[in-house]
Amino acid sequence: MDHLDAEAHTRGRSRYVDDEPRPAGLLQAAVVPSPVAHGEIRSLDLTAVRDYAGVVAVLTAEDIPGSNQIGSVLPDEPLLSTGEVHYIGQPIALVVAEDFHAARHAVARARLDIDERPVVVDPKEAFERGHLIADPQSVHMGDVDAAWAQCDVVVEGEATISGQEHVYLETQRARALPEENGAIRVLSSTQSPYVGQRTIAGILGVPLHQIEVDVRRLGGGFGGKEDQATPWACFAALAAHHTGRPVEIVLSRAEDLLMTGKRHAYRSDYKIGVTRDGRILALDVRHFQNSGAACDLSLAVLGRTLFHTTNSYFIPNVRVWGAPCRTNIPPATAFRGFGGPQGMFAVESALTHAAEALGIDREELQRRNLLRSSDSFPYGQNAATVRIRRCWEELDEGFDLEATRQQVEEWNDRHPAVKKGYAVMPVTFGISFTATFLNQASALLHVYTDGSVSLSTGGVEMGQGLFSNLAVVASRALGIEPTRVRVESTNTRRIANMSASAASSTTLLNGNATLRAATPLRERLLTHAGERLGSDPSLLTIENEQLLCDGEPTGWDWPKLVKSAYLHRVSLSAHGFYATPEIHYDEARGRGHPFAYHVCGAALVEVTVDGLRGSYEIDRVRLVHDLGRPLNRRVDLGQVEGGLAQGLGWMTVEDLRYDETGRNLSAALATYKVPDVYLMPRDLEVRFIEEPDTEAGPYHAKAVGEPPLMYGLGVVFALRRALRAFGRDGQLPFVAPMTPEQVLLQLQGDDDPSRLVSKSLGTRVPVPAEAVSS
Amino acid sequence: MASTSPLRFVLNDADLELTLTPDGSDPKLGRGCAGGTSVLDFVRRELRLTGTKEGCKEGDCGACTVLVGELDDGGRVRYLPVTSCLMPLAEVAGRHLVTIEGLDMGQANTVQRRIVEAGASQCGFCTPGIVVSLVAQLMDSSELESDADADCVDRSLSGHLCRCTGYRSLRDAAAASFCDLRGRQGVPRLVNAGELPEHFLGIAERLQALQAPPAEMNLDRPVVAGGTDLYVQQGEELPTREVTALRTLLPHRPELRGVRVEGGRISIGALTSFEDLAQSEVLRKRIPTITEFMHLVASWQLRNRATVGGNLINASPIGDVTILMLALGAEAVLEGQGEARVLPLRDLYKGYKVLDLRPGEILTGLSFRDVEATEFVDFEKVSKRRTLDIATVNTAARLHLRDGLIHQACLAAGGVAPIPLLLRRTSEIVRGRPIDRETLSLAVAEAQSEISPISDVRGSAGTKRLLVRNLLIAHFAKAAGMEPSDFFLPNAA
Ligand SMILES: Cc1cc2nc3c(=O)[nH]c(=O)nc-3n(C[C@@H](O)[C@@H](O)[C@H](O)COP(=O)(O)OP(=O)(O)OC[C@H]3O[C@@H](n4cnc5c(N)ncnc54)[C@H](O)[C@@H]3O)c2cc1C
Ligand code: FES
Ligand code: FES
Repeated sequence: MDHLDAEAHTRGRSRYVDDEPRPAGLLQAAVVPSPVAHGEIRSLDLTAVRDYAGVVAVLTAEDIPGSNQIGSVLPDEPLLSTGEVHYIGQPIALVVAEDFHAARHAVARARLDIDERPVVVDPKEAFERGHLIADPQSVHMGDVDAAWAQCDVVVEGEATISGQEHVYLETQRARALPEENGAIRVLSSTQSPYVGQRTIAGILGVPLHQIEVDVRRLGGGFGGKEDQATPWACFAALAAHHTGRPVEIVLSRAEDLLMTGKRHAYRSDYKIGVTRDGRILALDVRHFQNSGAACDLSLAVLGRTLFHTTNSYFIPNVRVWGAPCRTNIPPATAFRGFGGPQGMFAVESALTHAAEALGIDREELQRRNLLRSSDSFPYGQNAATVRIRRCWEELDEGFDLEATRQQVEEWNDRHPAVKKGYAVMPVTFGISFTATFLNQASALLHVYTDGSVSLSTGGVEMGQGLFSNLAVVASRALGIEPTRVRVESTNTRRIANMSASAASSTTLLNGNATLRAATPLRERLLTHAGERLGSDPSLLTIENEQLLCDGEPTGWDWPKLVKSAYLHRVSLSAHGFYATPEIHYDEARGRGHPFAYHVCGAALVEVTVDGLRGSYEIDRVRLVHDLGRPLNRRVDLGQVEGGLAQGLGWMTVEDLRYDETGRNLSAALATYKVPDVYLMPRDLEVRFIEEPDTEAGPYHAKAVGEPPLMYGLGVVFALRRALRAFGRDGQLPFVAPMTPEQVLLQLQGDDDPSRLVSKSLGTRVPVPAEAVSS
Repeated sequence: MASTSPLRFVLNDADLELTLTPDGSDPKLGRGCAGGTSVLDFVRRELRLTGTKEGCKEGDCGACTVLVGELDDGGRVRYLPVTSCLMPLAEVAGRHLVTIEGLDMGQANTVQRRIVEAGASQCGFCTPGIVVSLVAQLMDSSELESDADADCVDRSLSGHLCRCTGYRSLRDAAAASFCDLRGRQGVPRLVNAGELPEHFLGIAERLQALQAPPAEMNLDRPVVAGGTDLYVQQGEELPTREVTALRTLLPHRPELRGVRVEGGRISIGALTSFEDLAQSEVLRKRIPTITEFMHLVASWQLRNRATVGGNLINASPIGDVTILMLALGAEAVLEGQGEARVLPLRDLYKGYKVLDLRPGEILTGLSFRDVEATEFVDFEKVSKRRTLDIATVNTAARLHLRDGLIHQACLAAGGVAPIPLLLRRTSEIVRGRPIDRETLSLAVAEAQSEISPISDVRGSAGTKRLLVRNLLIAHFAKAAGMEPSDFFLPNAA
């Protein structure tokens, strides 16, 4: 089945928030951002802003009628600054004007006098200064300290991984429409309508039922519109509350890059111990998470990091610790993978380091330590649903890892200035919200008298194909064509208290909720039909829109069934509720069963490095991914490929950097590069393992949103292998992203640029002495 | 241009006539549009044609792509995809502006259907722009070389960021639609095939009727050539101002665009676009790799807009065309108050973004000595992302080899000084010497003393120094037909 919205997308007819027709009197809002990363506001002069032609209102913290708080987990983040600023771009005041240009031009007229304070951007430095968002967390198993003695090789080092900008193509935006009796309807580009609703209600000091949040679709989210969409919806609502007029706020790309939170950067100290025969006995990792200036979702992100620091491996003695460090950059937030990849990067770096020290092939060390289903994770959950060995074998045999190795070696023997490398990246990723209570969802289903169906759930369509999946689930459950089902916008009036569309769980939760609505409705219809036809309802089914009795046609089709039920006063509406069974987690003990199941896969990434220029190509990616039984294979393939691209981008060219004053050095698409068509390999092959082995998803479908991103990590290790092929021995740092500059510096950083002498590019044939000049 | 003179153009199927607000007007509310308003803001905000999306307003994402059709010499309308966020409204005068709505057939066309079938649209925000570019590719009547000419597919997607799909499905959709419509490219055939609305057939006549008399050039206003730099730098101010769009001069001064051979020199009009350079037969004959070089520069949509003159006057120390032209030994032709003067390009640059350009002067073109068969012209660019990115360092070389010796050399490097840098001493030092390790040793050492790179987001000073060394090696290796590694000695250590 095609993506439900796709044709409208191609014709430019799909509406995003600000594409909706403009109501009369629509105002535009913009915020005054902090120009410094840390300080106290001595004075704030907004006279020139207020006087600017077209400005309707200028609002500050004092104009907030409720509580000036947007932190969804910890109350540590004001909507508008109350005198202190903690990152560049932090909103200080809100300007509401008759049009967009007036709002922007007025913002530039704010006069601020800020007493600057010391700025910290490095997480380790923040930790040393005691700047923590919350207490460190840890997970452990076995006895790490005792295990070192049994290891033949113990190595330690640091893995450094940068943050990542979401670059959803649609920037943050919201439109607030005042209604009667102080109610406000908000169109928001958010993954988390309920958190938006709750926060707006808090800001305005009104009950939640006064606030309606409606989301038709997002032009991309990737986690960046989970908590980070909330303030913009709040601004629109606050301005609408004060002016009584509809208000829209649409961030320019520059504002979005400057002000919104991104993926967490980490610095991780690792120590790993292995035996000579290639068994990993112990792993000790200390993560320093760069959480930014406020909590946002950092604690949950850190939790997922801890859960994924052993990735796909069984390691008997593990200690993983992580500190959420408060720094002066925008509050870091959710991003596809949600802390998982940073955990995996640490263990993959440690493992690679150990393999190099041991002198065995990295992939061999990986393979020997892969999880078996009889193993347990350090947090206590068993690995019953883990199929990583199966994935690895499919990759190894199906794509002939050995042949790749040989081809690469042969190439490298023949080419002194251009080397190839490859790496395998296995992924084992837990599915569920790590905060157990979030694993709940509702669905509301109406069947109209003509047989058409309206389905509402708490899930947000952000391109991931959720609505198509839900239409499939509902139509299968009812035995009708998916085209009969209209999936409605996500709306807090129809669905209450929904969890964010995140954690790869949206289809799982909302699909199951849909089943819980559709199944009883179908039963009700069949009971009714049984009564009318005088047959046993348990023999009745609906298939391809026909009512069958014991597999034989009854002459009733879906519209007739629906019509009859209506005339006999049988309810044609249903509400379904789903809560993921079995999951629990005890944070204090670091033990439990936090995931419904795990998704596995493995990727083989190949690169070619130009030793002269430091630039490289990603030649080929081949991967095996465990899909369960897909609801919609094409939608799932799109998720796998899109996730991979984001992972590859993050690990190569997406170079998010802050200077020591907390300024984002790449706050434009001219400097923050995401993959373009040329970056992605033409040679890309995805194989699915399609076998149902879990009951968790609707119709055995497995989550597919996040895990594929982590295949991208493989490129770092493929590049490293190529660097080694240039003859770079000794220590090379584990750094992501491996920009071409990083590659060049790792290769030639110790060369003298005024001489033709190089460790990595020098011909290895002896050269006559007289040819050596200078 | 009297500010009250109406702006007439065709938008999709409608003839439009706009009166722009007077020059220098204070940004007042509810005003109409100024000549400096971007085409994107005009279609989205004023006309509420919301199919065209805004993703960045920096030319980097392609979500705002529209088609601009203009009459060519043969009286036919030629369409090019451009990023509407960087194009001033003033420039649509006498042209056909086509948004995604203007391509709509009431149902999906082949490109749209193929995108749907390939699952190549997820969130959809990038999709309308991509459809416009793919249709533009098909409107170009030159034959696609094979069923799925992969380079052509990539070129047509080169100016688009899609954060959702990872591009494989987009590539497949593009290849499939090109394949489906092979033999039916070009506007008339596409109309016949039901792929484009009927009104595309009558556009040439409608545009002919709109051709306006020469506009008076007001150099007190911001001067826009392609706008690809100006709109990125001044995106907040320009929309409420009048501008002087140089391209509106073209119908009256055709010499401002194009590459010509004149009296032993090659001359290039200031308004020649990057894509014109890439496709120039004159240049291809002399510098066969020119197309390849130019494809390392910006994207298809940007190359359709960005001009040679803009690149030179922009004075970015890292401008790709500037570096190439410096190495070619180009002279700039400047014109002001009816007077023209010629200046060696290297003398145009006085300091960081400081030019020897007099008030009221514009660049009309440049020229350089014709390239002989024994000459080797080469360009190198290293950037973070290989395509659609500004260089960390770029270099260019013009080497005249004779009897195994470097008879003449001209080397230039970008990103390593406050100005686009001609490596004078380095060029000097290699003259008369063979291409060997010794010569190269002298060159790399000399080059290091000529450059003064600083660390920035595109690379540290150390990286840039290494790159200058390495790119010089690359030029010499290519000129000598050797491997770059042949020039290196292993570290003594
Ligand atoms: C997404 C993107 C990618 C890019 N990639 C590259 C790249 O890969 N390589 C690269 O080199 N550059 C790149 N650029 C920069 C690009 O803007 C310039 O290279 C381009 O050449 C500028 O030309 P223009 O015609 O658009 O100039 P404009 O923006 O119109 O003008 C630039 C400046 O020059 C002045 N000017 C222009 N023409 C004349 C003239 N004839 N006489 C007097 N003054 C004049 C204008 O007044 C203005 O001050 C990129 C830009 C963008 C937005
Ligand atoms: S809006 Fe991104 S290129 Fe124009
Ligand atoms: S489909 Fe979302 S950006 Fe391309």
